[in-house]
Amino acid sequence: MLDLIAQMLSYPFLIRALVVGVLISLCASLLGVSLVLKRYSMIGDGLSHVGFGALAIATVANAAPLAVAIPVVVAAAFLLLRLSENSKIKGDAAIALISTGALAVGVMAISLSTGMNVDVYNYMFGSILAMKQDDVFLSVALAVVVLVLYVVFYHKIFAITFDENFSRATGVKAGWYNMLIALLTAVTIVLGMRLMGALLISSLVIFPALTSMRIFKSFRSVVFCSAILSVLCFLIGIFISYAWSTPAGASVVCVNIAAFFAFWILSFFLARKKV
Amino acid sequence: MALITCENVSLAYENNIVLSDLSFAVQAGMYLCIVGENGSGKSTLVKALLSLKRPTQGSIHFGDGLRQNEIGYLPQQTGAQKDFSASVWEVVQSGCINQNGCSPFYSARQKQMAQTNLERMALWDLRRRSYQELSGGQQQRVLLARALCATRKLLLLDEPVAGLDPMAAQEMYRLIQALNREGTTVIMVSHDIQSAVQYASHILHLHNKPLFFGKTADYLQSDVAKRFLGGGLHA
Repeated sequence: MLDLIAQMLSYPFLIRALVVGVLISLCASLLGVSLVLKRYSMIGDGLSHVGFGALAIATVANAAPLAVAIPVVVAAAFLLLRLSENSKIKGDAAIALISTGALAVGVMAISLSTGMNVDVYNYMFGSILAMKQDDVFLSVALAVVVLVLYVVFYHKIFAITFDENFSRATGVKAGWYNMLIALLTAVTIVLGMRLMGALLISSLVIFPALTSMRIFKSFRSVVFCSAILSVLCFLIGIFISYAWSTPAGASVVCVNIAAFFAFWILSFFLARKKV
Repeated sequence: MALITCENVSLAYENNIVLSDLSFAVQAGMYLCIVGENGSGKSTLVKALLSLKRPTQGSIHFGDGLRQNEIGYLPQQTGAQKDFSASVWEVVQSGCINQNGCSPFYSARQKQMAQTNLERMALWDLRRRSYQELSGGQQQRVLLARALCATRKLLLLDEPVAGLDPMAAQEMYRLIQALNREGTTVIMVSHDIQSAVQYASHILHLHNKPLFFGKTADYLQSDVAKRFLGGGLHA
Protein backbone atom coordinates (compact mmCIF):
# COMPACT_ATOMS: atom_id res chain seq x y z
CA MET A 1 0.00 0.00 0.00
CA LEU A 2 2.83 2.38 0.84
CA ASP A 3 4.35 1.58 -2.54
CA LEU A 4 1.09 2.47 -4.17
CA ILE A 5 0.96 5.81 -2.36
CA ALA A 6 4.56 6.60 -3.32
CA GLN A 7 3.70 5.70 -6.89
CA MET A 8 0.66 8.02 -6.77
CA LEU A 9 2.75 10.91 -5.51
CA SER A 10 5.17 10.59 -8.41
CA TYR A 11 2.52 11.94 -10.79
CA PRO A 12 2.42 15.76 -10.85
CA PHE A 13 -1.24 15.81 -11.96
CA LEU A 14 -2.21 13.70 -8.96
CA ILE A 15 -0.39 16.02 -6.58
CA ARG A 16 -2.20 18.97 -8.11
CA ALA A 17 -5.51 17.20 -7.72
CA LEU A 18 -4.71 16.30 -4.12
CA VAL A 19 -3.72 19.85 -3.14
CA VAL A 20 -6.80 21.41 -4.71
CA GLY A 21 -9.08 18.60 -3.54
CA VAL A 22 -8.00 18.79 0.10
CA LEU A 23 -8.52 22.56 0.20
CA ILE A 24 -11.88 22.32 -1.54
CA SER A 25 -13.03 19.53 0.80
CA LEU A 26 -12.05 21.67 3.76
CA CYS A 27 -13.90 24.76 2.51
CA ALA A 28 -16.95 22.82 1.42
CA SER A 29 -17.30 21.00 4.73
CA LEU A 30 -17.01 24.19 6.80
CA LEU A 31 -19.61 26.01 4.73
CA GLY A 32 -21.71 22.87 4.62
CA VAL A 33 -22.42 22.95 8.34
CA SER A 34 -24.06 26.36 8.01
CA LEU A 35 -25.84 25.52 4.79
CA VAL A 36 -27.31 22.29 6.14
CA LEU A 37 -28.42 23.93 9.39
CA LYS A 38 -29.94 26.86 7.54
CA ARG A 39 -31.88 24.47 5.30
CA TYR A 40 -29.92 25.66 2.28
CA SER A 41 -28.47 22.27 1.30
CA MET A 42 -30.01 22.34 -2.14
CA ILE A 43 -28.44 25.71 -2.94
CA GLY A 44 -25.11 23.91 -3.33
CA ASP A 45 -26.69 21.50 -5.75
CA GLY A 46 -28.37 24.26 -7.72
CA LEU A 47 -25.13 26.22 -7.94
CA SER A 48 -23.18 23.28 -9.31
CA HIS A 49 -25.68 22.91 -12.14
CA VAL A 50 -25.40 26.61 -12.90
CA GLY A 51 -21.64 26.09 -12.85
CA PHE A 52 -22.00 23.31 -15.39
CA GLY A 53 -23.99 25.59 -17.69
CA ALA A 54 -21.40 28.34 -17.34
CA LEU A 55 -18.47 25.99 -18.00
CA ALA A 56 -20.18 24.59 -21.07
CA ILE A 57 -20.79 28.04 -22.50
CA ALA A 58 -17.22 29.07 -21.68
CA THR A 59 -15.90 26.04 -23.58
CA VAL A 60 -18.07 26.80 -26.57
CA ALA A 61 -17.03 30.46 -26.56
CA ASN A 62 -13.38 29.48 -26.06
CA ALA A 63 -13.16 31.56 -22.90
CA ALA A 64 -11.23 30.74 -19.74
CA PRO A 65 -13.53 28.38 -17.82
CA LEU A 66 -13.04 29.75 -14.29
CA ALA A 67 -13.18 33.38 -15.37
CA VAL A 68 -16.68 32.81 -16.76
CA ALA A 69 -17.99 30.32 -14.22
CA ILE A 70 -17.07 32.13 -11.00
CA PRO A 71 -18.97 35.38 -11.68
CA VAL A 72 -21.98 33.54 -13.11
CA VAL A 73 -22.24 31.17 -10.16
CA VAL A 74 -21.75 33.99 -7.64
CA ALA A 75 -24.58 35.88 -9.33
CA ALA A 76 -26.73 32.74 -9.21
CA ALA A 77 -25.94 32.32 -5.51
CA PHE A 78 -27.18 35.82 -4.70
CA LEU A 79 -30.27 35.24 -6.80
CA LEU A 80 -31.07 31.94 -5.07
CA LEU A 81 -30.60 33.51 -1.66
CA ARG A 82 -32.93 36.37 -2.55
CA LEU A 83 -35.49 33.94 -3.88
CA SER A 84 -35.46 31.75 -0.82
CA GLU A 85 -35.80 34.76 1.48
CA ASN A 86 -38.70 36.59 -0.03
CA SER A 87 -40.48 35.62 -3.15
CA LYS A 88 -43.63 34.17 -4.53
CA ILE A 89 -41.70 31.22 -5.92
CA LYS A 90 -40.61 29.24 -2.86
CA GLY A 91 -36.94 28.42 -2.30
CA ASP A 92 -36.90 24.73 -3.26
CA ALA A 93 -38.91 25.27 -6.42
CA ALA A 94 -36.70 28.20 -7.39
CA ILE A 95 -33.60 26.06 -7.01
CA ALA A 96 -35.07 23.25 -9.12
CA LEU A 97 -36.02 25.79 -11.76
CA ILE A 98 -32.62 27.40 -11.96
CA SER A 99 -30.57 24.19 -11.75
CA THR A 100 -32.45 22.24 -14.41
CA GLY A 101 -32.63 25.36 -16.56
CA ALA A 102 -28.87 25.88 -16.38
CA LEU A 103 -28.22 22.21 -17.09
CA ALA A 104 -30.38 22.34 -20.21
CA VAL A 105 -28.71 25.51 -21.47
CA GLY A 106 -25.29 23.95 -20.92
CA VAL A 107 -26.15 20.75 -22.76
CA MET A 108 -27.67 22.75 -25.64
CA ALA A 109 -24.60 24.94 -25.93
CA ILE A 110 -22.29 21.94 -26.09
CA SER A 111 -24.35 19.86 -28.48
CA LEU A 112 -24.77 22.79 -30.88
CA SER A 113 -21.03 23.26 -31.13
CA THR A 114 -19.23 19.96 -30.68
CA GLY A 115 -21.79 17.36 -29.80
CA MET A 116 -21.73 15.44 -26.52
CA ASN A 117 -18.21 14.20 -25.97
CA VAL A 118 -15.65 13.36 -23.33
CA ASP A 119 -15.50 16.98 -22.15
CA VAL A 120 -19.15 16.95 -21.15
CA TYR A 121 -18.73 13.67 -19.37
CA ASN A 122 -15.81 15.18 -17.45
CA TYR A 123 -17.84 18.22 -16.43
CA MET A 124 -20.66 16.06 -15.18
CA PHE A 125 -18.67 13.51 -13.24
CA GLY A 126 -15.33 15.18 -12.79
CA SER A 127 -11.85 14.40 -13.92
CA ILE A 128 -8.68 14.16 -11.98
CA LEU A 129 -6.79 15.38 -15.02
CA ALA A 130 -8.71 18.65 -15.10
CA MET A 131 -6.29 20.58 -12.89
CA LYS A 132 -3.79 22.70 -14.79
CA GLN A 133 -0.93 24.55 -13.12
CA ASP A 134 -2.71 27.94 -13.29
CA ASP A 135 -5.87 26.46 -11.84
CA VAL A 136 -3.91 25.18 -8.89
CA PHE A 137 -2.60 28.65 -7.99
CA LEU A 138 -6.04 30.21 -8.33
CA SER A 139 -7.69 27.42 -6.38
CA VAL A 140 -5.17 27.58 -3.56
CA ALA A 141 -5.47 31.37 -3.31
CA LEU A 142 -9.26 31.35 -3.28
CA ALA A 143 -9.44 28.44 -0.87
CA VAL A 144 -7.16 30.27 1.56
CA VAL A 145 -9.38 33.35 1.31
CA VAL A 146 -12.44 31.22 2.04
CA LEU A 147 -10.77 29.63 5.06
CA VAL A 148 -9.54 32.95 6.50
CA LEU A 149 -12.92 34.63 6.08
CA TYR A 150 -14.61 31.66 7.70
CA VAL A 151 -12.35 31.76 10.75
CA VAL A 152 -12.63 35.54 11.12
CA PHE A 153 -16.43 35.51 10.92
CA TYR A 154 -16.93 32.18 12.69
CA HIS A 155 -18.96 33.58 15.62
CA LYS A 156 -21.06 35.81 13.39
CA ILE A 157 -21.74 32.88 11.08
CA PHE A 158 -22.81 30.79 14.06
CA ALA A 159 -25.11 33.55 15.31
CA ILE A 160 -26.91 34.07 12.02
CA THR A 161 -27.08 30.35 11.33
CA PHE A 162 -28.70 29.66 14.66
CA ASP A 163 -31.12 32.55 14.75
CA GLU A 164 -31.15 35.12 12.02
CA ASN A 165 -33.82 37.34 13.54
CA PHE A 166 -32.08 37.59 16.89
CA SER A 167 -28.82 38.50 15.16
CA ARG A 168 -30.53 41.13 13.05
CA ALA A 169 -32.24 42.54 16.12
CA THR A 170 -28.92 42.88 17.92
CA GLY A 171 -27.41 44.74 15.01
CA VAL A 172 -25.56 42.01 13.10
CA LYS A 173 -25.86 42.64 9.39
CA ALA A 174 -27.33 39.23 8.70
CA GLY A 175 -28.04 39.95 5.05
CA TRP A 176 -24.39 40.74 4.52
CA TYR A 177 -23.23 37.51 6.14
CA ASN A 178 -25.75 35.48 4.17
CA MET A 179 -24.24 36.99 1.06
CA LEU A 180 -20.79 36.10 2.32
CA ILE A 181 -21.80 32.48 2.87
CA ALA A 182 -23.38 32.35 -0.58
CA LEU A 183 -20.31 33.92 -2.15
CA LEU A 184 -17.89 31.53 -0.45
CA THR A 185 -20.10 28.58 -1.36
CA ALA A 186 -20.25 29.65 -4.99
CA VAL A 187 -16.47 29.99 -5.24
CA THR A 188 -15.89 26.65 -3.52
CA ILE A 189 -18.31 24.86 -5.79
CA VAL A 190 -16.87 26.23 -9.00
CA LEU A 191 -13.35 25.35 -7.92
CA GLY A 192 -14.25 21.83 -6.89
CA MET A 193 -16.59 21.15 -9.75
CA ARG A 194 -14.12 20.04 -12.38
CA LEU A 195 -12.43 17.67 -10.03
CA MET A 196 -15.57 16.21 -8.46
CA GLY A 197 -18.04 16.75 -11.28
CA ALA A 198 -21.01 19.10 -11.47
CA LEU A 199 -23.42 16.40 -10.39
CA LEU A 200 -21.35 15.27 -7.42
CA ILE A 201 -19.75 18.39 -5.93
CA SER A 202 -22.66 19.26 -3.63
CA SER A 203 -22.08 16.00 -1.77
CA LEU A 204 -18.86 17.54 -0.41
CA VAL A 205 -21.00 20.29 1.09
CA ILE A 206 -23.73 18.13 2.55
CA PHE A 207 -22.25 14.77 3.56
CA PRO A 208 -19.56 15.75 6.10
CA ALA A 209 -21.91 18.07 8.00
CA LEU A 210 -24.73 15.53 8.17
CA THR A 211 -22.35 12.73 9.09
CA SER A 212 -20.81 14.74 11.94
CA MET A 213 -24.25 15.68 13.26
CA ARG A 214 -25.01 12.00 13.89
CA ILE A 215 -22.56 12.02 16.77
CA PHE A 216 -21.48 15.54 17.64
CA LYS A 217 -23.93 17.95 19.16
CA SER A 218 -22.18 21.28 19.44
CA PHE A 219 -21.53 23.61 16.54
CA ARG A 220 -17.80 23.76 17.10
CA SER A 221 -17.36 19.99 17.33
CA VAL A 222 -19.52 19.48 14.24
CA VAL A 223 -17.39 22.00 12.33
CA PHE A 224 -14.13 20.35 13.37
CA CYS A 225 -15.37 16.84 12.73
CA SER A 226 -16.74 17.80 9.30
CA ALA A 227 -13.45 19.36 8.29
CA ILE A 228 -11.36 16.35 9.33
CA LEU A 229 -13.85 13.85 7.97
CA SER A 230 -14.15 15.64 4.66
CA VAL A 231 -10.39 15.70 4.06
CA LEU A 232 -10.01 12.07 5.15
CA CYS A 233 -12.82 10.89 2.90
CA PHE A 234 -11.33 12.80 0.02
CA LEU A 235 -7.89 11.24 0.47
CA ILE A 236 -9.30 7.73 0.84
CA GLY A 237 -11.53 8.32 -2.17
CA ILE A 238 -8.63 9.42 -4.34
CA PHE A 239 -6.61 6.42 -3.22
CA ILE A 240 -9.43 4.05 -4.12
CA SER A 241 -9.83 5.86 -7.41
CA TYR A 242 -6.15 5.31 -8.18
CA ALA A 243 -5.95 1.73 -6.95
CA TRP A 244 -9.06 0.48 -8.76
CA SER A 245 -9.18 3.00 -11.63
CA THR A 246 -12.59 4.33 -10.59
CA PRO A 247 -13.71 7.92 -11.28
CA ALA A 248 -12.34 10.26 -8.59
CA GLY A 249 -15.54 12.15 -7.79
CA ALA A 250 -17.72 9.09 -7.44
CA SER A 251 -15.13 7.32 -5.29
CA VAL A 252 -14.97 10.24 -2.86
CA VAL A 253 -18.75 10.35 -2.60
CA CYS A 254 -18.90 6.59 -1.95
CA VAL A 255 -16.42 6.94 0.90
CA ASN A 256 -18.60 9.72 2.27
CA ILE A 257 -21.63 7.44 2.11
CA ALA A 258 -19.74 4.76 4.01
CA ALA A 259 -18.68 7.30 6.64
CA PHE A 260 -22.26 8.48 7.00
CA PHE A 261 -23.56 4.98 7.72
CA ALA A 262 -20.67 4.24 10.05
CA PHE A 263 -21.45 7.36 12.10
CA TRP A 264 -25.15 6.61 11.98
CA ILE A 265 -24.69 3.12 13.38
CA LEU A 266 -22.22 4.42 15.95
CA SER A 267 -24.76 6.99 17.11
CA PHE A 268 -27.18 4.18 18.01
CA PHE A 269 -24.56 2.50 20.17
CA LEU A 270 -23.70 5.78 21.84
CA ALA A 271 -27.36 6.52 22.49
CA ARG A 272 -27.87 3.10 24.06
CA LYS A 273 -24.83 3.56 26.26
CA LYS A 274 -26.24 6.79 27.62
CA VAL A 275 -29.54 5.14 28.61
CA MET B 1 -37.77 60.35 28.18
CA ALA B 2 -39.20 56.95 27.30
CA LEU B 3 -37.13 53.96 26.18
CA ILE B 4 -39.31 53.40 23.14
CA THR B 5 -41.85 55.80 21.70
CA CYS B 6 -44.23 54.78 18.93
CA GLU B 7 -46.02 57.65 17.20
CA ASN B 8 -48.96 56.95 14.90
CA VAL B 9 -47.31 53.78 13.67
CA SER B 10 -48.95 51.82 10.85
CA LEU B 11 -47.61 48.49 9.65
CA ALA B 12 -48.52 46.74 6.42
CA TYR B 13 -47.61 43.79 4.25
CA GLU B 14 -47.91 44.71 0.59
CA ASN B 15 -50.68 47.25 1.17
CA ASN B 16 -52.44 44.91 3.57
CA ILE B 17 -52.57 47.00 6.71
CA VAL B 18 -52.21 44.79 9.77
CA LEU B 19 -51.88 47.50 12.37
CA SER B 20 -52.77 51.16 12.19
CA ASP B 21 -52.48 54.33 14.18
CA LEU B 22 -50.62 52.94 17.14
CA SER B 23 -49.09 55.28 19.69
CA PHE B 24 -47.57 54.25 22.96
CA ALA B 25 -44.47 54.78 25.04
CA VAL B 26 -42.46 52.28 27.02
CA GLN B 27 -40.95 53.78 30.18
CA ALA B 28 -37.99 52.27 31.98
CA GLY B 29 -39.04 49.62 34.48
CA MET B 30 -42.36 48.84 32.81
CA TYR B 31 -43.67 45.30 32.41
CA LEU B 32 -45.78 45.70 29.31
CA CYS B 33 -47.85 42.87 27.99
CA ILE B 34 -49.09 43.01 24.40
CA VAL B 35 -52.24 40.94 24.01
CA GLY B 36 -54.69 40.27 21.21
CA GLU B 37 -56.07 37.51 19.06
CA ASN B 38 -54.21 35.72 16.26
CA GLY B 39 -53.63 38.06 13.35
CA SER B 40 -54.16 41.16 15.45
CA GLY B 41 -50.72 42.51 14.56
CA LYS B 42 -48.72 41.48 17.63
CA SER B 43 -45.91 39.67 15.82
CA THR B 44 -45.70 42.42 13.22
CA LEU B 45 -45.31 44.98 15.98
CA VAL B 46 -42.50 42.88 17.46
CA LYS B 47 -40.71 42.93 14.10
CA ALA B 48 -41.11 46.68 13.92
CA LEU B 49 -39.71 47.14 17.44
CA LEU B 50 -36.71 45.05 16.44
CA SER B 51 -36.27 47.21 13.33
CA LEU B 52 -36.81 44.14 11.15
CA LYS B 53 -39.78 45.87 9.57
CA ARG B 54 -40.21 49.51 8.65
CA PRO B 55 -43.46 51.24 9.59
CA THR B 56 -45.40 52.45 6.56
CA GLN B 57 -46.42 55.49 8.59
CA GLY B 58 -45.37 57.08 11.83
CA SER B 59 -42.13 56.51 13.65
CA ILE B 60 -40.49 54.48 16.38
CA HIS B 61 -37.92 56.28 18.53
CA PHE B 62 -35.40 54.83 20.94
CA GLY B 63 -34.47 57.07 23.85
CA ASP B 64 -33.04 57.16 27.35
CA GLY B 65 -29.69 55.77 26.26
CA LEU B 66 -31.21 52.70 24.60
CA ARG B 67 -29.55 51.82 21.33
CA GLN B 68 -31.36 49.87 18.67
CA ASN B 69 -29.10 46.84 19.14
CA GLU B 70 -29.66 46.74 22.88
CA ILE B 71 -32.90 44.83 22.86
CA GLY B 72 -32.77 41.37 24.38
CA TYR B 73 -35.05 39.44 22.08
CA LEU B 74 -36.53 36.07 22.91
CA PRO B 75 -38.05 34.76 19.69
CA GLN B 76 -40.76 32.24 19.14
CA GLN B 77 -39.01 28.97 18.39
CA THR B 78 -38.64 28.06 14.79
CA GLY B 79 -38.54 24.52 13.48
CA ALA B 80 -34.94 24.92 12.32
CA GLN B 81 -33.67 25.49 15.84
CA LYS B 82 -35.22 22.35 17.21
CA ASP B 83 -32.64 20.04 15.62
CA PHE B 84 -29.72 22.42 15.59
CA SER B 85 -26.32 21.12 16.66
CA ALA B 86 -25.22 23.69 19.18
CA SER B 87 -24.20 23.52 22.79
CA VAL B 88 -25.96 25.61 25.42
CA TRP B 89 -22.77 27.59 25.91
CA GLU B 90 -22.50 28.45 22.22
CA VAL B 91 -26.09 29.64 22.07
CA VAL B 92 -25.81 31.85 25.16
CA GLN B 93 -22.45 33.24 24.09
CA SER B 94 -23.91 34.28 20.75
CA GLY B 95 -26.04 36.81 22.67
CA CYS B 96 -22.88 38.89 23.14
CA ILE B 97 -22.43 39.21 19.39
CA ASN B 98 -23.56 42.84 19.39
CA GLN B 99 -20.72 43.87 21.69
CA ASN B 100 -17.69 42.39 19.99
CA GLY B 101 -17.87 44.71 17.02
CA CYS B 102 -15.32 43.77 14.43
CA SER B 103 -13.33 41.47 16.67
CA PRO B 104 -13.59 37.85 15.53
CA PHE B 105 -13.41 36.49 19.08
CA TYR B 106 -15.21 36.93 22.37
CA SER B 107 -13.41 38.78 25.13
CA ALA B 108 -12.94 37.50 28.68
CA ARG B 109 -15.56 39.97 29.88
CA GLN B 110 -18.12 38.57 27.44
CA LYS B 111 -17.34 35.03 28.52
CA GLN B 112 -17.83 36.14 32.12
CA MET B 113 -21.18 37.64 31.16
CA ALA B 114 -22.29 34.43 29.47
CA GLN B 115 -21.30 32.51 32.59
CA THR B 116 -23.17 34.90 34.91
CA ASN B 117 -26.33 34.60 32.86
CA LEU B 118 -26.09 30.83 32.63
CA GLU B 119 -25.74 30.60 36.40
CA ARG B 120 -28.63 32.96 36.87
CA MET B 121 -30.87 30.74 34.75
CA ALA B 122 -29.60 27.65 36.59
CA LEU B 123 -28.08 26.30 33.38
CA TRP B 124 -24.39 26.24 34.26
CA ASP B 125 -24.34 22.46 34.72
CA LEU B 126 -26.03 22.01 31.35
CA ARG B 127 -23.61 24.26 29.45
CA ARG B 128 -21.96 21.43 27.54
CA ARG B 129 -25.25 19.76 26.66
CA SER B 130 -26.75 20.03 23.23
CA TYR B 131 -29.50 22.63 22.87
CA GLN B 132 -31.71 20.20 20.95
CA GLU B 133 -31.67 17.63 23.75
CA LEU B 134 -33.09 20.00 26.36
CA SER B 135 -36.71 20.20 27.43
CA GLY B 136 -38.88 23.04 26.15
CA GLY B 137 -38.59 24.93 29.44
CA GLN B 138 -34.82 24.58 29.50
CA GLN B 139 -34.57 25.74 25.89
CA GLN B 140 -36.56 28.86 26.72
CA ARG B 141 -34.25 29.54 29.67
CA VAL B 142 -31.27 29.21 27.34
CA LEU B 143 -32.78 31.76 24.97
CA LEU B 144 -33.57 34.04 27.91
CA ALA B 145 -29.95 33.82 29.07
CA ARG B 146 -28.87 34.70 25.53
CA ALA B 147 -31.21 37.71 25.50
CA LEU B 148 -29.69 38.84 28.82
CA CYS B 149 -26.24 38.69 27.27
CA ALA B 150 -27.41 41.15 24.64
CA THR B 151 -28.72 43.65 27.20
CA ARG B 152 -30.00 44.16 30.72
CA LYS B 153 -32.06 47.18 29.75
CA LEU B 154 -34.95 45.84 27.74
CA LEU B 155 -36.29 42.36 27.07
CA LEU B 156 -38.69 41.69 24.24
CA LEU B 157 -40.33 38.31 24.68
CA ASP B 158 -42.44 36.78 21.94
CA GLU B 159 -44.77 34.16 23.42
CA PRO B 160 -42.21 33.00 25.99
CA VAL B 161 -44.41 30.25 27.41
CA ALA B 162 -45.88 28.88 24.18
CA GLY B 163 -45.67 25.10 24.23
CA LEU B 164 -44.48 24.87 27.83
CA ASP B 165 -46.19 22.77 30.46
CA PRO B 166 -47.80 24.72 33.35
CA MET B 167 -44.89 24.14 35.74
CA ALA B 168 -42.29 25.36 33.23
CA ALA B 169 -44.51 28.30 32.32
CA GLN B 170 -44.80 29.37 35.97
CA GLU B 171 -41.02 29.09 36.31
CA MET B 172 -40.56 31.25 33.23
CA TYR B 173 -42.98 33.92 34.51
CA ARG B 174 -41.22 33.91 37.88
CA LEU B 175 -37.83 34.47 36.23
CA ILE B 176 -39.18 37.30 34.06
CA GLN B 177 -40.82 38.94 37.06
CA ALA B 178 -37.57 38.75 39.05
CA LEU B 179 -35.68 40.39 36.18
CA ASN B 180 -38.27 43.14 35.96
CA ARG B 181 -37.99 43.84 39.70
CA GLU B 182 -34.23 44.26 39.25
CA GLY B 183 -34.88 47.03 36.77
CA THR B 184 -35.06 45.32 33.38
CA THR B 185 -37.88 46.67 31.27
CA VAL B 186 -40.01 43.88 29.86
CA ILE B 187 -42.21 43.81 26.78
CA MET B 188 -44.00 40.50 26.38
CA VAL B 189 -46.31 39.30 23.66
CA SER B 190 -48.71 36.71 24.99
CA HIS B 191 -51.81 34.69 24.37
CA ASP B 192 -52.03 33.87 28.02
CA ILE B 193 -54.23 36.77 29.13
CA GLN B 194 -54.76 35.44 32.64
CA SER B 195 -51.06 35.50 33.40
CA ALA B 196 -50.64 38.76 31.52
CA VAL B 197 -52.98 40.63 33.83
CA GLN B 198 -51.46 38.87 36.82
CA TYR B 199 -47.84 39.91 36.16
CA ALA B 200 -47.80 42.92 33.84
CA SER B 201 -47.83 46.51 35.01
CA HIS B 202 -49.24 47.74 31.70
CA ILE B 203 -51.34 46.19 28.94
CA LEU B 204 -51.47 46.98 25.24
CA HIS B 205 -54.45 45.31 23.61
CA LEU B 206 -54.34 45.14 19.83
CA HIS B 207 -56.88 44.24 17.24
CA ASN B 208 -55.38 45.68 14.07
CA LYS B 209 -55.56 48.95 15.93
CA PRO B 210 -54.90 49.71 19.59
CA LEU B 211 -57.96 48.94 21.69
CA PHE B 212 -56.38 49.72 25.02
CA PHE B 213 -53.09 50.99 26.39
CA GLY B 214 -52.57 51.70 30.06
CA LYS B 215 -52.16 50.31 33.53
CA THR B 216 -53.29 46.76 34.17
CA ALA B 217 -55.66 47.85 36.91
CA ASP B 218 -57.43 50.23 34.51
CA TYR B 219 -57.48 47.57 31.83
CA LEU B 220 -59.41 45.20 34.09
CA GLN B 221 -62.13 47.84 34.47
CA SER B 222 -62.37 48.51 30.74
CA ASP B 223 -65.02 47.17 28.38
CA VAL B 224 -62.33 45.69 26.11
CA ALA B 225 -61.03 43.51 28.89
CA LYS B 226 -64.48 42.42 29.98
CA ARG B 227 -65.33 41.32 26.47
CA PHE B 228 -61.97 39.64 25.88
CA LEU B 229 -61.78 37.88 29.21
CA GLY B 230 -65.42 36.91 29.37
CA GLY B 231 -66.78 36.45 32.88
CA GLY B 232 -64.05 34.19 34.13
CA LEU B 233 -61.65 36.66 35.67
CA HIS B 234 -61.04 37.19 39.35
CA ALA B 235 -58.21 39.61 39.83
